[in-house]
Amino acid sequence: MDAGLLPAVTIAIPLLAAVLIPIVGKHENIREGVTITAAVTMLGSVLAMLPPILSGSRITIPLLPMVPGGDLALRVDAFGMVFALTAAVLWLLNSFYAIGYMRSLQEHAQTRFFFCFAVAIAAAVGIAFSENLLTLFVFYEILTIITYPLVVHVETPAAMKAGRKYLAYLLIGGIFLLAAVILTYILTGTTVFVPGGFLAGSGSALILQVLFLLFMVGFVKAAWMPLHGWLPAAMVAPTPVSAFLHAVAVVTAGVFGIVRVAGWVYGMDLMASLGLGIFLAVIASFTIVTASLFALTEDNLKRRLAYSTVSQLSYILLGVSMLSIAGMTAAMAHIPIHAFLKITLFFVAGAVIVSAGKECISEMKGIGRKMPVTALMFSAAALGICGLPPLAGIISKIYLALGAVEGGMPVLLLVIIASTVLNAAYFLPIIHTMLLQRPDDERSLDSVTEPPLVMLIPIVLTVAVSVWIFFSPSMPFMDLIDIAIAEITGSVVP
Amino acid sequence: MIEAFYELFLSRYNYWMAIILMLIGLYALIAKQNLVKKLIGLNIFQTAIFLFYISFAEVQGGTAPIYLPEGVDALYVNPLPHVLILTAIVVGVSVTAVGLSLIVRIYEEYGVIDEDDLMQVVRGR
Amino acid sequence: MIDHLPVLLIAVPILSALLILLAGWYDRRFCYPISLITILLQFGAAIAILLEVMREGTIRYHLGGWAPPLGIELVIDSFNGFILAVILFLSAATVVYARRSVEKEIDPEKRISFYVLFQLLVTGLVGMTITGDIFNLYVFLEISSIATYTLIASARRPRSYVASFNYLVLGSIAAGFILLGIGNLYVATGTLNMADLALLLPASYGLATVHTAFLFLLIGFSIKVAFFPLHLWLPDAYTEAPSAVTVLISTVMAKVSVYALFRIVFTVFTTAYVIDTFAVTGFILFIATVAIIAGAVLAIAQNDLKRMLAYSSISQIGYIMFALGVANQLALEGGLLHILGHAVMKGCLFMVAGLIIYRMGTSQLSDLKGVAKTMPISCAAFALAGASMIGIPPTIGFMSKYYLVLGAFEAGQWIYAAVLLVGSLLAAGYIWRFIEIAYFGDHHSEDRRPAPAREGPVSMLVPMVALALLCLFLGVFVEVVMEAVRPAAMLLLGGA
Repeated sequence: MDAGLLPAVTIAIPLLAAVLIPIVGKHENIREGVTITAAVTMLGSVLAMLPPILSGSRITIPLLPMVPGGDLALRVDAFGMVFALTAAVLWLLNSFYAIGYMRSLQEHAQTRFFFCFAVAIAAAVGIAFSENLLTLFVFYEILTIITYPLVVHVETPAAMKAGRKYLAYLLIGGIFLLAAVILTYILTGTTVFVPGGFLAGSGSALILQVLFLLFMVGFVKAAWMPLHGWLPAAMVAPTPVSAFLHAVAVVTAGVFGIVRVAGWVYGMDLMASLGLGIFLAVIASFTIVTASLFALTEDNLKRRLAYSTVSQLSYILLGVSMLSIAGMTAAMAHIPIHAFLKITLFFVAGAVIVSAGKECISEMKGIGRKMPVTALMFSAAALGICGLPPLAGIISKIYLALGAVEGGMPVLLLVIIASTVLNAAYFLPIIHTMLLQRPDDERSLDSVTEPPLVMLIPIVLTVAVSVWIFFSPSMPFMDLIDIAIAEITGSVVP
Repeated sequence: MIEAFYELFLSRYNYWMAIILMLIGLYALIAKQNLVKKLIGLNIFQTAIFLFYISFAEVQGGTAPIYLPEGVDALYVNPLPHVLILTAIVVGVSVTAVGLSLIVRIYEEYGVIDEDDLMQVVRGR
Repeated sequence: MIDHLPVLLIAVPILSALLILLAGWYDRRFCYPISLITILLQFGAAIAILLEVMREGTIRYHLGGWAPPLGIELVIDSFNGFILAVILFLSAATVVYARRSVEKEIDPEKRISFYVLFQLLVTGLVGMTITGDIFNLYVFLEISSIATYTLIASARRPRSYVASFNYLVLGSIAAGFILLGIGNLYVATGTLNMADLALLLPASYGLATVHTAFLFLLIGFSIKVAFFPLHLWLPDAYTEAPSAVTVLISTVMAKVSVYALFRIVFTVFTTAYVIDTFAVTGFILFIATVAIIAGAVLAIAQNDLKRMLAYSSISQIGYIMFALGVANQLALEGGLLHILGHAVMKGCLFMVAGLIIYRMGTSQLSDLKGVAKTMPISCAAFALAGASMIGIPPTIGFMSKYYLVLGAFEAGQWIYAAVLLVGSLLAAGYIWRFIEIAYFGDHHSEDRRPAPAREGPVSMLVPMVALALLCLFLGVFVEVVMEAVRPAAMLLLGGA
């Protein structure tokens, strides 16, 4: 198959699955088979594009002429591959996990669930492979709409309320994003991403700063404070949704967008001259610290993880704000690193719900005795986020530290240190509760065992990947990131 | 002063008549509660417009626009507005017919043809 | 034959209406097939004409061989060719949809008259679209209006009489104003032919007569178009009419009225008048923006599905008038795109409402909880058309809004563009109310109504699903549509 068609194929596969799923809906095993087959094929398609990208080329396909301002077009480059690869691998693992979760709890409306998932992943990959701002916007909005049924899946009044909040935040953000895209088009006549940016000189400093603010609000999916409220609210969703969408796809789409805008629309030099680095640094630092503090107060495990996500996402924003090579490397690297680690944590949260029916940390005392592997994986991932080797979290922290110094903002080192301390503060107690404490009532844990294998294996695998990234970081993520950084800084590909 | 008065009112009396009739019609349409009276107001309004058209078709010294033995050279009033108004009259009649039949049905259904009472009855149901 | 297509487009349906009447007396079951065939033929003719116009240029047909400006001529250029195709497509879809709906909602004795009037309504609208003579426009306007008054009143509920009467009164006032405007134009120029007027009027731009004519025409058509705040007849009329009628008038009638307004403003009184001499576009822009917001807010407050969609229409008409207010190439392209898009979207939404009434006998939102379970296809269609209304890409609703915003930006109307963007969010408010109730409305609740509803009959489902899918496909393949829209917008602004 001509490599040129692969980007379109990659998006078409989950869409095709989405069409098939309602048709075979009643036959559950066939339906899950469709999802799994699609996930495997899509991963294969993404991997097939890896060699040419690693050698430095990019694959472009124009799809459809759309409006003045941008055609619907796909372009696969190194940075897009980082997101796409993460999403593809995790969709596969998450699909297995979701099948196990939904069947164990005998959840209703599973066809709708898997349908929405398939379309959502297509949208996420579409965002990763967007050639221009308008294509990004199209897939971005599709992602918003299609994740709504997933958020309100349980259909309780609380879920509906959360769903409304979710939709309100994301749709309003979408309007700001549209305004930003249109403004970009008016200023420059194009919206195609150019490594190193294309906005320089197209407007006054004030306009460009306002534009960046519009972009920031538009990318509300990045959950930066104070516009983060939708993320903890969305935790009413079933855990596979929280795990994948709100630890990986939706939030990553948000930060991906901001990094794209910083590197391929503005360019690091322009951002420095407009003072946007400092602006971003302030927002990111505020979010990192405040979200961690909120996490400390939450007893519901998923909500605590949600605030942790909010905090971790701003690591990426912090990296961008440093406007240095190490900083950008940290930002791009944290996307897969955080994804794999965070999804593990959510997977475990879901496993506890399935096996023991417990959502609150205070009720999970001693659960590690009955679910040793699960609890161990949780501990590993949690410590990984704190920055403990051999899990990959330390890589981001080191690059962030380097970036802070390189970018001339050593005060950010304090932020990183404070954050690490807070990470430990809200994660260690969980580990302690799970592993070391005795349950209040010994017999309440009698029926608790490890979750079914189809859920357990993905948990172990995600941790394994995190370890693998640590030991061989170059393949493939760091290589891709190096190429991407080289693109936007204009230096030669190493 | 007299010229101004003449200019404004007397020489354009036809337009003033049309305007006054239109306003009477609109007043009846809006202010009267009885549905039949509203319809009559609509008719007055439409008739005023017809008069407006016909009046500006007038050519001084002209005769009705029917061929005279003298042929086409004689002085006729402008026939075009007359033709237009024939059509418009037909339209007006049709609308009145539909309106009246609606009023009949409303009366059969609700027993009132007064607008305020009608609002109450409709809301009551 | 092909040369006479324009006049056949009007003559055939009039004869067909007569035929329906006669055949119906003989056997009631003949009404529907005759109606269907006629409208499908008309649609085919419209496509043929549109293609010819895009190829050759404007078609001018002199009725009876009499040359204008004395004779009446039918003119089809890129603008009304596009509108013609749109309205006949929607009419065809509605006719297919109407069969079962009419069987349920109209008394058997009235059915013959119903189809006759239906045909006459379409005739009147087609005539309005293709005429090149301004008085002819008035005549066809009244034909279609009278047919509409009667059609609205033919529903089973007695409230429809009151709704129809109110519409009759307001519509006749509007027609009166339009007639006055035409009269004033005649006094000023001596001609009734639109092209001729465009040539002769500039000499008289300063006259009060011309200003008066413009105002009368503007107000008259604004009432017909239901431009806020002259919209008061619309909610009742749309709500109380039979479902098929609502689909037809909300899509076709509304659009033709908009077409007529655009025709008058841009072709007869050219942009030279509207922007330079009698600068009213700014005012229209302001009112349009108010309409967008007010319509949407009122829609959110409604408890009846049809009423909600009616207020939504008022909001959407605001979008089209927004295009008129900005009056540059991009905005007009957006407005024209919205004429097509809204016809398709609203048609689909009202068809869903009609299906729900058909199966469940009610359109009160509180009665529709969980209806997505029993009528999944209908609700999916609603979701898709609704997403288009909100403006989610890549549907057609997004495309038209994008062009409108772009046009506003280019004209320097930043604030209005921002309001437009916000307005599209309000659409989410009322669309989402239905989605929530239909899909997620408490299936946990105690009162399990015996669910009588099943999915609707195929003849009603097919046009509805087709329109929903079109919302998506017209958006994805918007460039194809733009090939028809772009020359139309250029024409309106005085280009080729």
